[in-house]
Amino acid sequence: MKRGITALAVITGLMLSFALYEALVVAPTERTMGDVQRIFYYHVPSAWTAFLLFLINFVCSVIFLIRRNTKADILALVAAEVGVVFCTVVLVTGPIWARPVWGIWWAPGDIRLTTTLVLWLIYVSYLVLRRFSTSGQTAVVAAVVATFGALDVPLVYFSIWFFRTQHPSPVIGDGGSLDPRMWVVLLINWAAFLCLAGLASWTRYLLEVAKREVEEAEALESLYEGSR
Amino acid sequence: MSFLAVTRSTLSKDIRLEWRSKDAINAMLFFSLLVVVIFSFAFDPTAEESRRIAGGLIWVAVLFAAVVALNQTWARELRNQVLDGYRVSPAPAAPLFMAKALGNFLFVIAIEAVMTPLFVAFYKLRALGPAWELLPIALLGTWALVVNGTFFAAVSLRTRSREIMLPLLLFPLSIPALLGMVNATTAVLSGEESARFWVALLIAYDVIFTVACLLFFETILEAE
Repeated sequence: MKRGITALAVITGLMLSFALYEALVVAPTERTMGDVQRIFYYHVPSAWTAFLLFLINFVCSVIFLIRRNTKADILALVAAEVGVVFCTVVLVTGPIWARPVWGIWWAPGDIRLTTTLVLWLIYVSYLVLRRFSTSGQTAVVAAVVATFGALDVPLVYFSIWFFRTQHPSPVIGDGGSLDPRMWVVLLINWAAFLCLAGLASWTRYLLEVAKREVEEAEALESLYEGSR
Repeated sequence: MSFLAVTRSTLSKDIRLEWRSKDAINAMLFFSLLVVVIFSFAFDPTAEESRRIAGGLIWVAVLFAAVVALNQTWARELRNQVLDGYRVSPAPAAPLFMAKALGNFLFVIAIEAVMTPLFVAFYKLRALGPAWELLPIALLGTWALVVNGTFFAAVSLRTRSREIMLPLLLFPLSIPALLGMVNATTAVLSGEESARFWVALLIAYDVIFTVACLLFFETILEAE
């Protein structure tokens, strides 16, 4: 187990430095935006990673509600925590890019911006609930709240869709005007970010398992002390 | 006992309790009056401006006032172990939730009925669109706030500092509903566009979360 983590850490380090080199040196400079555009290689992979982690959180929460499997609960917690960190990166890098390109820090009516912000708020409130819960059934309550959060996402999306959107839209997807070399760099960066997310989640998972074992041992010990 | 019988008996009990004590309604009334007065000092708009901002102000005031009532929904059942009584009773959980949500809905609607004339007077409001549309918007919007609010009040029951936990959980989830209410109200007041899309959004929100709350309430009630 420990050797696995060390190996993943080394791979992540190598991947991240390679991806940074690719993003800053190899990728061609964007014609109109210039070098500012390079933040895109951090912004977009972070967003994809965060959304993936939130999806994992939802799936694990549903599995937990059906099977009451502790592993699923810990995975849901870990995915939400690491997801919030990546989502924060998205929300910080976005305005840094938007200020020179759009001329504004924040576009309140923009669909992806606002959806991401609301997602971030929902998962922060999920984590606060887990931290503040005094019930012995925190996992159940948290799984229900995570399910509600996931139900909310399409509604948030449609409600903001009604405003006109400012985000640079079809860069990815249909009729993508993205240079193929930029695509390669973007995917390399995403792979590196996925390694980082995997590493963070894995260590956090082990930490949570150890924490629960300690809590359980302490509870047993106090029971034993009490019965003597 | 059938769904309707449990709902009716719990709802009538709550209304009777509220009628005798008037705890929630008095607190909400005074609180929302304060909000209206403070807003009217903070902003001193012309009739044209107030049409654009009043929708937002009214709903934010209602949201804050509703939290006052929602926080008391389940907390009052903790005294004398009433909630434990519900847990061991053979009555299903969903009608209990329905009764609580309906009770809160009635209280918040009563508050709105008092606040709306005050807002109209303080902000010199006159709707340029079809004013009757404000009624379905108010009913749908209030239900949207109250259904999730009642649910999350039960969720936050078992947390430290539960009074602050409820808005922390409720507000992020209510953002699409709040967007719907505010924009629908503004559309009617300014008369510039149709409120149809926003009403449809509110209906979708209400249906989705009413079903979800009824499905999951038992899980929350049993989570001790």
